[in-house]
Amino acid sequence: MIAEIGHAALIIAFTLAVIQALVPLVGAQVGKVRWINLATPVARGQLLFIAIAYACLTYSFLINDFSVRYVATTSNTALPLLYKISGVWGAHEGSLLLWALLLSSWTVVVSIFSKGIPKIMLARVLSVMGMVSVGFISFMLFTSNPFVRLFPAPVDGRSLNPLLQDPGLAIHPPMLYMGYVGFSVAFAFSIAAMIDGKLDAAWARWVRPWTNIAWVFMTLGIALGSWWAYYELGWGGWWFWDPVENASLMPWLVGTALIHSLAVTEKRAAFKSWSVLLAIFAFSLSLLGTFLVRSGVLTSVHAFATDPARGVFILVFLIIVVGGSLVLYAWRAPALRSVGQFSIVSRETGLLVNNVILATMAGTVLLGTLYPLVLDAMGVGKISVGPPYFNQVMLWLAIPLYLMMGIGFFLRWKKDTVSRLSRKIVIPFAVSLVIAVLLPLLFAPEQHGLTFIGSILASWVALTALLWLLNSTTSPFKLPASTWGAVIAHLGMAVTVTGITLTSVYSHEKDVSLAPGESYEISDYQFKFIGVTEVGRDNYIAYQGIVEASEAGKHLVVLHPEKRTYSQSSMPMTEAAIDAGLFRDLFVALGEPLGGGSWSLRIYHKPFVRWIWMGALIMSFGGLLAAMDSRYRRSRKVKLEGANNEK
Amino acid sequence: MTPRRKQRLIMVVFMLLGISIATALALKAFNENMMFFYSPTEIKAGKAPENSDFRLGGLVVEGSVRRESGKLTVFFDLTDNTEVVTVSYEGILPDLFREGQGIIARGQLNQQGIVVAVEVLAKHDENYMPPEVSDALAKSAGEQQ
Repeated sequence: MIAEIGHAALIIAFTLAVIQALVPLVGAQVGKVRWINLATPVARGQLLFIAIAYACLTYSFLINDFSVRYVATTSNTALPLLYKISGVWGAHEGSLLLWALLLSSWTVVVSIFSKGIPKIMLARVLSVMGMVSVGFISFMLFTSNPFVRLFPAPVDGRSLNPLLQDPGLAIHPPMLYMGYVGFSVAFAFSIAAMIDGKLDAAWARWVRPWTNIAWVFMTLGIALGSWWAYYELGWGGWWFWDPVENASLMPWLVGTALIHSLAVTEKRAAFKSWSVLLAIFAFSLSLLGTFLVRSGVLTSVHAFATDPARGVFILVFLIIVVGGSLVLYAWRAPALRSVGQFSIVSRETGLLVNNVILATMAGTVLLGTLYPLVLDAMGVGKISVGPPYFNQVMLWLAIPLYLMMGIGFFLRWKKDTVSRLSRKIVIPFAVSLVIAVLLPLLFAPEQHGLTFIGSILASWVALTALLWLLNSTTSPFKLPASTWGAVIAHLGMAVTVTGITLTSVYSHEKDVSLAPGESYEISDYQFKFIGVTEVGRDNYIAYQGIVEASEAGKHLVVLHPEKRTYSQSSMPMTEAAIDAGLFRDLFVALGEPLGGGSWSLRIYHKPFVRWIWMGALIMSFGGLLAAMDSRYRRSRKVKLEGANNEK
Repeated sequence: MTPRRKQRLIMVVFMLLGISIATALALKAFNENMMFFYSPTEIKAGKAPENSDFRLGGLVVEGSVRRESGKLTVFFDLTDNTEVVTVSYEGILPDLFREGQGIIARGQLNQQGIVVAVEVLAKHDENYMPPEVSDALAKSAGEQQ
């Protein structure tokens, strides 16, 4: 019964989404105020019914209603409560429902914080978001209904993939989806501006906080995914250039470009059509990311389902969204004249360079991710592109990007001179050069070219950000929140770059075979293998290894890596043991018995690996701070225009 | 040409130059790191490249996994139900590696015709078959008939 209520609620939500997509838009074109005013209540109604559908599915999980096929395939009675709740988005159908729920939540939040936005503009924005919602709900209703019944109902479910039974991963998809869906706001505003034919500083002020918040969620989501892969998959790496990771990185890169491009659009009335284009691409790549991950086209951990009907739907949906917005762009973007002029040495140029590099990075990742799929689809051959491709290209693109990140802070808007600029940057550059030479000499076990490049870029980005704060004529505490946000986000990037560099260069890893009592030494740390015991827990049994780690003879910690077998699944799971620290992680994963009491063990020493995720946290904080800037709230008091004038 | 136009032209030229260099570098790296996928039949037919990595997929032959006691190096056979290729790997096999399972190995051929793998991938779902492997199996089944 509950599942049928959920299904019915989804159908009602679909009807409301269709109304939301059409009526306010048409109303805005023909000037019918009542149609325009319909946007907000309909959006709220849609949220209500999607929330009902979502609650029904969650309820079916909680009461173990295995007559619902989706519940039967992703849950079972032994599953802990947390994973019954997160199991709702553990596979394809439910994650689409979560997407739709987040989308209608964002829509309602936009309608609440829209006091200063002209009603016509708001109506168009909500309409566009309604269209996206129509796409997602019909995808569910026609190809991937989470409420389909299963006859006869099994006694117990098939369980959630044990890999996904982890608190870090339970919140990773919602975070990432908040980011993906968040870019739909910037997208909807861009489409609305193109229909309107007007795009001014006020428009940029409406879009910027939404884009920032979406970007913050994406940053956190990507960092969580990377952290999860590090400790849960037992591989000890933090980024694999897996297509699924790439799928989330692309919208992040374009979103980062969008944040910077919007700054120019707001302050200098330039880059208007470029900002619109970036917003279209950020959202299109978000859609692509969602679909790549959940559609089964990828050979990947995340691929669950393979169903041709879904593939066709996804392709058509993408073509409509990307194609439709690009046609609109070709037709209307010339109307969005960028009036702000700037000379070749100016902050605008700096941000342009930053944008071009970020877009090239996204293009590089797109090529490496999609080209193998395209070749395969054409039947040319099966290829894959290894991580070295991404690493090489990204490194060479990152160097000018990070140099520009620092230079940009010193550049003046509109017009600057090379001589003034070089006077400003020579000292910080010299200081970062000294840091990059001295620190590795003093602390690093061995010298390496990449350490030098990484340290100079990190210290340059950090120093220039700090100097910007100190050099400004007003007291740092009177600066707007957006300035602080930018500085903190850049500092976070410097922390991440430090982590990436030092982890990549100085990590040591080794697969070894150890008999009880034997030890292995890796960069001054000794790992002594004591043995393996068997332990039983709630819904799994495990082999638990005991490994004593010591540094230069001094006992540090006893690590307990595990090899688990879950009751509902025959697949074993490696649970690595990690001794985490600010400056280094010790990482031990248990392999398999090799006979004669020996086991294979994977041992890592990973310096500074935490800095990668710490930097992402700092960046997110910066992004959040910038979104809180008071001038975005002020702009809501701009006098009402649009609908009121047309009465 | 007005000075403003000249400046713009310079900027556009620089941008294009930068993008072309980036594209050239990216394509070069792309070509160098492109790996093809082969089935055991194709490897026996001598199609696999020498001195560069490639990917090989198939089912792990039942009873073929062997290792010397206490040693890390493991040998196993991969098949597409037509031909069999032996793979050696030094390291920890993934959790889902087992006999009868479809897996993918990355590595190079040595003189003895053994694929020395540097990476072995098995997917994290017990019901999952890598698409490359299922295609190779279907192709091999088709040729036998």
